[in-house]
Order: sequence, then structure tokens, then C-alpha cells
Amino acid sequence: MIDFLNSIIVLLNFIIIPGISYGSQLALGALGVTFVYAILRFANFAHGEIMSFGAMITILFTWFFQSQNIGLGILPTALLALPIGIIATIILCIISDKFVFQYYRYQKSVPVVLAMVSIGVMFVINAIIRIIIGTETIKFSDGQKFIMKAKQFKIMTGLNEGLALKSSQVITILITVLLLTFTFWFLQKTKTGKSMRAFSDNEDLALLSGINPDRVVFTTWIIVGVLACVAGTLYGLDKSYKPIIYLNLVLPIFASAIVGGIGSPFGAVVGGYVIAFSEIMVTYAYKKFFVYLLPSSMEPTGLVQLLSTDYKFAVSFSILVIVLLIRPSGIFKGKVL
Amino acid sequence: MMKFERYEWLAITIMISLFIFVGFIQGWSVSLVILNMCIISAIMTMGVNISWGYAGVINFGVMGFLAMGGLAAVLVSYPPITESWQAGGRGLGISFALLVVLVIAVMYINKTVIQKRNRYILNSLIIFFGILIIRHFYLNATHNIEDVNPAIAGFLGGLGLPIIFSWIVGGLFAAGVAFVIGKVALGLRSDYLAIVTLGISEIVVSVLKHEEWLSRGVKNVIGLKRPVPYEIDLQNADWFINLVTYLNSSKLNNIIDVTDRQQVLNNLIIDGSGIFVKLSYAILFLIVMLIIFYFANKAQLSPWGRMMRAIRDNETAANAMGKDVVKQHLIIFVIGAAIVGVAGAMLVTLDGLFTPSGYRPLRFTFIIWIMVIVGGSGNNLGAIFGGFVIWFSWIEAAPLTTFIINLLTIGLEPTNALKLHLLDSVPYFRYLFMGLILLLILRYRPKGIIPEKVRHS
Repeated sequence: MIDFLNSIIVLLNFIIIPGISYGSQLALGALGVTFVYAILRFANFAHGEIMSFGAMITILFTWFFQSQNIGLGILPTALLALPIGIIATIILCIISDKFVFQYYRYQKSVPVVLAMVSIGVMFVINAIIRIIIGTETIKFSDGQKFIMKAKQFKIMTGLNEGLALKSSQVITILITVLLLTFTFWFLQKTKTGKSMRAFSDNEDLALLSGINPDRVVFTTWIIVGVLACVAGTLYGLDKSYKPIIYLNLVLPIFASAIVGGIGSPFGAVVGGYVIAFSEIMVTYAYKKFFVYLLPSSMEPTGLVQLLSTDYKFAVSFSILVIVLLIRPSGIFKGKVL
Repeated sequence: MMKFERYEWLAITIMISLFIFVGFIQGWSVSLVILNMCIISAIMTMGVNISWGYAGVINFGVMGFLAMGGLAAVLVSYPPITESWQAGGRGLGISFALLVVLVIAVMYINKTVIQKRNRYILNSLIIFFGILIIRHFYLNATHNIEDVNPAIAGFLGGLGLPIIFSWIVGGLFAAGVAFVIGKVALGLRSDYLAIVTLGISEIVVSVLKHEEWLSRGVKNVIGLKRPVPYEIDLQNADWFINLVTYLNSSKLNNIIDVTDRQQVLNNLIIDGSGIFVKLSYAILFLIVMLIIFYFANKAQLSPWGRMMRAIRDNETAANAMGKDVVKQHLIIFVIGAAIVGVAGAMLVTLDGLFTPSGYRPLRFTFIIWIMVIVGGSGNNLGAIFGGFVIWFSWIEAAPLTTFIINLLTIGLEPTNALKLHLLDSVPYFRYLFMGLILLLILRYRPKGIIPEKVRHS
């Protein structure tokens, strides 16, 4: 029985909790991509950089607050700076729309052209971030690091295996739940949300019924800005902030959005968790788990690892390719909010 | 053969005069270094241009194909390591044979078992256990190989042939990978295709990074043999010394003192050997570029090229006219990738080393795409021009930025924090330039600087 509990704790500690927190970050990112895709109808390659930008502003203000000795006690100061980061990200989104994307929308350009344009925007934001904050890795989480340390847990329960709970993970999960609830409530219950859904479903019909497209687009960018900034900050808080990493994060985010069905917000969330869990589960070495579960005569000799951790990215893409082959529209049929 | 318009001659003149300008300002060595990379970039751009400009097939996997070309350069030119083959060759052979058996078995099942559910179950069982067995042999073999003298070897080595063959082999490698990708992904809509090819190129690079028995992974392969002479050999060769003396005879004759003269001559020889090596590279690359340019233009003007344009402009109509759109897409995707693969092999040849971790999408996929868009998709000369101009500005962005920053902050003290910070981040301004160039071109000249010619024939 003890062995069984131990094995469960191993799974919780190394797969489930990291999976949920990483999945939440991906889900928020994928939700942003999906919003752009459903309303503005293009694949936004700049999304990773928008996330990075939000995180950067948050970090800058975190430093400012720290220097003024303003803090939240056991919570990280970044939470205090997050609203400012969100506002800055929204402004960035709206500026990039006004000066860049709007023109192509009025021209009714094909999606590929808009994707190219987003690559240009990606370069520009990337450069701004690097010029302002450099390329160094930055750790900006302060406050209490662990809610529960592995040792505490061992003493508390008397088990062999510890269960560590980082506060950044708990914060990630809480904020994600909050934000997702709000987004879905907004889409389903408010008038603006309904008009956005109508717009994504059938643009011409929505225009005929008197929905103002500029207003819909404006709201979309606000939502995208909020989601991107929160996702970027949470990722930086959980791991550490590194400007280059966000470009690599774009790929799993796209994978999540497409796997779930691009254009479908619910699909994006599910896709995020699917991608996160498969990345972690396929590359985790299960030796410890089986050591507890199996009698000692059957103990595995190797690491019992399907793929080495080096192939993390490859996993998400293999899933993407498989899903596209079997069910091109994703798990939940996409295209409509 | 095609005729150049006046503005095309202008573009060519601009390209040439840029290099002469740099040659006089920053030295001929710098100019040739930039020129070499420009030529390679131009070849990559032509590869992308063939699939995107001719047929509208998007290819964001440039990085992966370049890496395959680089792998070819290693596998062709590096001398074979017999110890590694003895240590793990058999195991690898067995696992490869088993893999072939597995594939045949799956294909057999797909043919014979008709009921869908049974087929899925059987297939997944066979694949699962097959992979377990293969892994056993494979991991042992690779482990043994990587243990052979890990500091300098630890991989299988190559064939030990002249590296110039790898340019063809690199094209073939990339074409092979492109064939597989195309089979899987080409049915997708263009923006999905972009994401999928981007992802698969990441997979290719991560395989090269971590399969150490094949490519030495992140430990990098260094010291690949050059197709051109080494500087040190040139410096000791009589004919080269005579050549340098002859070329600089007037300058040398003015110096009367013998030791001074020897000193100057030695410096000239050292400089000259570097320039000679770079010049030989440039000539080799230029030959390849002109060959590809010639055939690309030939193909574009041929009935085949016309069909490609038809497919690009209206897929449904081309399909209705009896053109096999799927097949043609696959063909052009493979051809484009092969050209990129050639460029990848050339890149490794120029550097003399293979560093898998150096392949990053920003540098090796998106920049190439900016070259295509800026130069003008659908026009080969435009592609070359884009490659030259973008690579040139990528390199020259740093000195230019330093100049601009110094100019703008001229009123500030040299210890001013803002000024120092800006000067520290000079290398990042090139991304800003690239983004702005792309955005401006897409906005005000969406067909590129040298647009595709509309042909009425």
C-alpha cells in the first residue's frame, strides 16, 4: 500500500503538477492564437514575442517596485506589476494593428500575406525586447518560493517520496482558471462576446446585422493582449525569463491551438493540456514509478523512458502531424469561437 | 536565354558596386567574406523562390534542409572511423534491417487486413513491440559508438571523399526529407503547411543535435577538408610568392632596404593568401549559383514553368485542365528543398565545421524568407538580389547602427548610461532593420524589388 502511494506521489510530483502548470501556460498562449485566427483569420507568428513583451514590461516594473520596497509579502511582486504589463501589451497589440495589420485587413489580403506580415512584426518586437532588456536569463520570482517543500511533505506523511509544490505553479493554475472562466463567460454571456462569435462564424452576415467590425477587432486585441501578457509572465515566473525561449514556445502553442481545433477556444485549452502532458509523459523516465509498483524481481533495468528529454519539441510536433493527418480540423472542430 | 531589363541591370550594378565600396572602405577580405555568404544566401533564396514563387507552395522548413545539407558535408568528407564501425556497425545494421522488416510488415497488414479496427490494433501492436526490439539493438550500438574515443571521435565518421561531392549529396538528402514531408503535409492549407514545415525542420535539427553517433551532436564536427588550398600551403608555395611579387612589383621596387622589403612582401603574402582562398570559394560558389540560375530560368520559361504558374494562380482551374496538382506540388517542393540542401552543404564547406546547435529558425528560416519577399518572389534575379541585399544589410547593420547611435547621442557624455546601453545592444538592431524592411516592402512594394515579369505567351 505504501509503495502504491509512493508511486502515485512520484507521478504527481514529476508529471501531473508540472503538466498542469505548463499546460495552463500553453493553453493561455493557444487561446490568444486562436482568437486572432478566428477573428482576424491569420496565423500570428508574433504571438510568442507579444508574450515576451508583456513579461518584459512586468519584469521592469517588478524591479521598480522592488527598488521602492513595495511587495506583496509571500506572493511574488510580479503579480503587482502584472496589470501594468497587461496594459502595455494591449497598447502594443493595438499599435501593431493600427499601423500594420489594419491595412491588410482593409485590402482583404490572403492569410499567408498576413502571416508574413506577422513575421515582420515578430522581428520588430523581438528587436525591441533585445534592445531594452538584452538576452540574459532573468529570474524575477520573489516571495515565498515553495508552498510545500519535498522534505516537509516527507515528514508530514512519512512517505519515501516528497511532493514539492512551487508557489508559481499554484499561482499559474489559479490565474488560468480565473482567466479562462472570465473569457468563456465573456464570450457566452455578454453582447460584445456574442458579436465576436457571430463575426468569427460568418463575417458578412455579422456585418449585415450591424456589428461594427472595428469594434470587434479592437476587443479581440484587448483579449489577446491580456492572455498573451499573463501567459508570458506566468511562463517566466515558473521557469525563468529568457527572451529567446519565447520564439521556441510559439511552436508548441501553435501545435496546441491546431490540435484542439484552431479557432475553437475550448479546443485551444484542451490542446494546451494535451501537448503539455504528452511532452512530459513521453520524455519522463518511469523507472522510479515501476520500482515502487512492481515486485523487486521484476524491477526494470533501464530508465523506462520512451524518448530522451532532448526530443521534447519533437513530441509536440509529432502529435500535431498525426492530428492533422487523421483529423485535420482538430479534436474539436475549429473555425468558430 | 532571358534578356535583362534596364532596372535589372541597375540591380546587378548596385550589387557589384556595393562590394567594391566595402572592399575600399573595410578591406577586400571583409568584402569577400560577405560576398561568399551572399552567394550562398542567394542559392537558398532561389530554392525557396522556386517552390513559393513558381508554385505558391510555402516552405518554412529551410533550416531543416540546410541542416541536412550540412550533414551531407560531414558524411561525405569526414574520414571513416573504423573503430566506431567495429564497435557499433553490426548493431546499427541489425536495427536498420529490423526497421525495414517492420515497415514491410505494416504495409503488408495495411494491404491484407480489411477491417479498420483490426488493422489499427494489429498495426499498433506490431509497431510497439517492433520498436521495443529495435531500441534494444540500436541503443547498444549507439552507446558503443559514442564510447569510442569521445573526445575527438564518438561517431561513425564519413566516407572521406572530397567535400565538393557533398554539394550534390546534400541536395539529395534534403530532397529525400522533403519528399517525406511533402507526402505527409502537402495537402494542408498554406498557413498550416507553414507551421508544419517549421515544426518538422525543428525535429530534423533536434535529431541532428542529439544523435551523436551520426553527426556528433552538440559536440560539433570540426576540421572538414577544404576544396580550396590552405593559407599556410599558399604562403610556402613558390608560384604564389612569385605571383604576389609580380602583382606588387611597383610598390616593392620603391623600397630599397632588403629587410624592409622582405617584411612588406611577407605581409602581402599573408594578406594575399587569405584573399586568394576566399576568392577561390567565391568562384566555386558563383559557378554553382550561375548553373542553378540558368536552369531555374530555363524551367520557369518552359511549359512546365507555365503549368506551375497556372497551378499557383488558380489551383481549381489547373486541376480541371487535367494537371495533377498534388504531384506537381510535391515535385516542386522537393526541387526547392534540394537547392536549399545544396546551399546547406556549401555553408558547411565554407565554415569547415558543422554545428547543429547553430541552426536557429530566426537566422536560417525567417531571414531567408525576408530575402525572398524583398527580392521579389517568382523572379530568380530578384531572389539573388534579395539574398545579396538582405545579407549585406544584415552584416553592415552593426557598423551603421553604431554610426547612427553615435550621431544621435552626440550631445551626451561618453559615460551616459543610455548611450552605453544602446551601444551595447548594437547587434540587436539588425533584427529591427530586418523587420522594418519586410514590413515596408510588404506594404509599399508587395511584389518585391524586382517583381515577377508578367508574360503573355
